[in-house]
Amino acid sequence: MAGSVFDEMNGVDGACRSAYGLVKSWLENADPAVMKQRQQEAEFLFRRVGITFAVYGDAAAEERIIPFDIVPRVLNGGEWNTLSRGLVQRVKALNMFLADIYGPCEVVKAGIIPPDLVYQNPAFQPAMVGVKLPHDIFVHIAGIDVIRTDDKDFYVLEDNARTPSGVSYMLENRDVMMRLFPDLFAEHQIRPVENYPDELLATLRSVAPNSAPAEPTVALLTPGPFNSAYYEHSFLADRLGIELVEGRDLFIKDNVVFMRTTQGPKRVDVIYRRLDDDFLDPLAFRPDSMLGVPGLMSAYRAGNVTLANAVGTGVADDKAVYTYMPDIVRFFLGEEPILKNVPTWRCREPDSLKYVLEHLPELVVKEVQGSGGYGMLVGPKADRATIESFAEKLKAAPDDFIAQPTLALSTSPTFVGEGVAPRHVDLRPFVLSGADRIRIVPGGLTRVALKEGSLVVNSSQGGGTKDTWVIEEPSGQTQSQSQTQSQSQ
Amino acid sequence: MLLSRHADSLFWLARYMERAENAARILETASRLASVPNGDSVDRNEWRAAIVSTGSQEAFDALFDEASPSAVIEFLAFSPQNSSSIRSCFETARNNARSVRTALTIDVWESINSTWLELKRYQGSGMSRQELGTFLNFVKEASLRFDGSAYRTMLRNDAYYFLRLGSYIERADFTARILLARSQLFDPERETISGSLEYYQLSSLLRCVSSLTSYHWVYRESLRPHLIADLMIMREEMPRSLASCYENIARFLDNLARDYGRHGKSQRSARKTLSRLQEADLSALTRSGLDGFLSEFIDENGRLGAAIGEQYLG
Repeated sequence: MAGSVFDEMNGVDGACRSAYGLVKSWLENADPAVMKQRQQEAEFLFRRVGITFAVYGDAAAEERIIPFDIVPRVLNGGEWNTLSRGLVQRVKALNMFLADIYGPCEVVKAGIIPPDLVYQNPAFQPAMVGVKLPHDIFVHIAGIDVIRTDDKDFYVLEDNARTPSGVSYMLENRDVMMRLFPDLFAEHQIRPVENYPDELLATLRSVAPNSAPAEPTVALLTPGPFNSAYYEHSFLADRLGIELVEGRDLFIKDNVVFMRTTQGPKRVDVIYRRLDDDFLDPLAFRPDSMLGVPGLMSAYRAGNVTLANAVGTGVADDKAVYTYMPDIVRFFLGEEPILKNVPTWRCREPDSLKYVLEHLPELVVKEVQGSGGYGMLVGPKADRATIESFAEKLKAAPDDFIAQPTLALSTSPTFVGEGVAPRHVDLRPFVLSGADRIRIVPGGLTRVALKEGSLVVNSSQGGGTKDTWVIEEPSGQTQSQSQTQSQSQ
Repeated sequence: MLLSRHADSLFWLARYMERAENAARILETASRLASVPNGDSVDRNEWRAAIVSTGSQEAFDALFDEASPSAVIEFLAFSPQNSSSIRSCFETARNNARSVRTALTIDVWESINSTWLELKRYQGSGMSRQELGTFLNFVKEASLRFDGSAYRTMLRNDAYYFLRLGSYIERADFTARILLARSQLFDPERETISGSLEYYQLSSLLRCVSSLTSYHWVYRESLRPHLIADLMIMREEMPRSLASCYENIARFLDNLARDYGRHGKSQRSARKTLSRLQEADLSALTRSGLDGFLSEFIDENGRLGAAIGEQYLG
């Protein structure tokens, strides 16, 4: 199998792909002892800045750092341009879909998607029906997970439309790489990602309510230091120059949101919230939430504050709804999707369920509402007992699951204990939707499954991250190289 | 403008960093005094005195039977049950720093975070004297790094003022407590001191607050009880004196009042304490006895902390 997997550096036939030319010679000439030392330096730098995360259900490892790999993942300018056009298209469609299902419901009326998948969806928020949002934007920040199995197409694996995280790693990884390997940066034309915080702030300001002043006040709402992504929350608030607030710092008066400051109450116009829908407002959702702000939904519905992302976006990143995304793109934009979906069986459909049950050992089965790599079955890696007990779960509630073929995700050279070896990777670019335009910084977060052969890249399951480079090359060279490759296959 | 919760975290972050340094100073003094001849006689237990000068006798007695060196070191340096042990102070300071990360510069954050990471190198039990010395140096240097990074990198705005207020209120409390714990030694009523042990105790007290050399520069004579009291209470050029602490407290509170356009209870109260320390001479200040004055000061200082909390941090 190893021979047939597409490698980001070596393709399938071992011929170095053009974007990797200098990286490959760097890897070939590097002294393993020096590489090891650099790897340790990187870890030291991450610890010192405190870029840690907490793993749920693991008290001993209260604070861990996500392993960082010093070998970058490289995309050429052409690949990136196509990918980013596809991302813009996909996110536009996501926003139009959400505005529609909480509004006129054309997509359901036209029979594009079954109504129960929308209206019975646990992430569907009836409180949002008929609410008019500034510029009809629901998903201001999206993290679209993409993978590929050859040099031609990117597939979308998941649309993260709630509170996608990981962008602080994109920024810190770049920062650390520039400190450790200044020469590599001097030799390459790498597109910068450092402007992400500026782009995010511009996006958030652009969607302030009409009643807000010309310089709207933006705040980042965090569940607090015990949340696994707290580092990212504080990092972003700091880079954006906005207050990092917890629910108890905010209060609502006359349907307006205020924060408690040393100079008394101060009005807040836009909240970049990193708190799930259910916890936002104990009056509207979970009454036991200590993290939210009583009355926030009412202020939101009155149009006095913008929440980013909007409430109720979870419908769009549901894995069952995902299977309809190509149709959703065609319906709203009248265009063919640039990014493909991974072929998916909907277990809710009897024929598909039958197929899935018969082929469990070769499939990946995921919970429709799951995330973080929890609750999924990786058929080829599971033993008989696991598969059998999973089959029972599946039969009991087929609607809760989808299944996909075990994809040979592309690999990327990775520094592991014994030297450099291929490991499977995915990519999460971040897409910002503002009133004026959609912004994407070139790159994203490359996640890597560090265990040999593993396909699970989630940080909670032993995944690591890499810096992601989009490099400029002379266009002629890109052209000839990609032609040569497609002929050889 | 600052979130009230952030102002509170900054204030306490600085207090705990200062408190850790103070605990290290107390341990250093106890260790030095206990090593002079006659140091372990029944009626003079320097380790017990160390506990007394932190005002935590009750908490200590609840955990330990006697004030042995190892028990006191454990209690003041490492015990998680003592919320003011060096370890607890660093942990609380770091938790506060994490929750107020955006109000700190990278340098200040890294000084606190690396302190916390390095702390894991030191194990409590079975430390030799030399290891204890290394550890206490580490604590003092951590405090210097924190102080220096705040001084050199933070914007001079309300976040900085709250941080500094925390340091100075904690420092004033410490100076007053350490004087109170040994007040009979340098009662200003006593003209001279008797014997070399007393001399050694007084000089150790001054060393404890890094003031022995300063004393000689200021007074140019040998140690005399009333001059030591004068130095530690009234002298503004002495950075750990009560007067100096209050000069800073009043200034930072005035800065806040200026930036926010409003004076309050804490400004008035700090100014009142400062003018008492500035105007009277020592004998007027301690008319009702040195102990009485110091106890009253400690209470007043505590009330100022509460007033700041009420006015800004609520």
